[in-house]
Amino acid sequence: MDALDRAIINQLQGGFPLCERPYAAVAEQLGSSEDEVLARVERLLRDRVLTRFGPMFHAERLGGGLSLVAMKIPPGDFERVAEIVNAMPEVAHNYAREHALNMWFVLATETPEGQREALDRIERETGFPVYAMPKIREYFVELKLHV
Amino acid sequence: MSSSAFPLDPLDRLIVLATQDGLPRVARPYHAVAEQVGAAPAEVMARLQRMLENGVIRRIGAVPNHYALGYKANGMTVWDVADERVDTLGERVGQLESVSHCYQRPRYLPDWPYNLFAMVHGHDRAEVEQKARQIAELLGDACRGHEILYSTRILKKTGLRIA
Repeated sequence: MDALDRAIINQLQGGFPLCERPYAAVAEQLGSSEDEVLARVERLLRDRVLTRFGPMFHAERLGGGLSLVAMKIPPGDFERVAEIVNAMPEVAHNYAREHALNMWFVLATETPEGQREALDRIERETGFPVYAMPKIREYFVELKLHV
Repeated sequence: MSSSAFPLDPLDRLIVLATQDGLPRVARPYHAVAEQVGAAPAEVMARLQRMLENGVIRRIGAVPNHYALGYKANGMTVWDVADERVDTLGERVGQLESVSHCYQRPRYLPDWPYNLFAMVHGHDRAEVEQKARQIAELLGDACRGHEILYSTRILKKTGLRIA
């Protein structure tokens, strides 16, 4: 990663313009060219330095349901349960964490009512209880990693 | 923050579906989306602008892979904070430069006493712990206990999908 890659990552975390030629607008701010920025963004995505690029939707304002869910899975069942959970399109991210509650994922459903149904399905298919932790209040959300 | 839903009409919905996996890497990405959904580019940009204004879209931008950027320690710090003070303190924790996400969530007593979650990224665990100490200082005697849950593996990471 060179200085231009880092500048692009920092710039795009803050926002991407909504105009006819946004890559050209970013290039102008960074003293680069449209083609160069396009190629860099493509490569950063391909190399998975960037995991997402585009509009970040607010699930609840789209009318959907969203919650953080934790599970306590014995080591011998972990891979099997991860496979079941990951196969669900409603599961956006899933992390293994060091704790008795060792699996943590985000469950996004099209409607708030869909949460209960999806949680029931996970409990039924995995045989383990879920700890659903939908947010009560949001104080801050923004990834701001400087590179 | 209010969480009221904004009604999406069929065109909004098509735009969401066309962009939730990402924006095209072409010189005129919104024109490409417009072609895909069968609308005028100006209309697509106006819809996206409206969704940004009403908060359906938080922002248009990129999410980096923190591991790839050298932020190898990813700590979900969780805190048991007195209910009557959690809102005030949660706002202040969220303002810390080191905190990327901050939420109040329900407890599951007795297993899980924590009601305040703050995500902290560091180059190593020592850096996460140092940042957690800042949070502990800020919370003071309103905090009855905390833990740091480190991620050991990404099992899945995709964007939120509506369909």
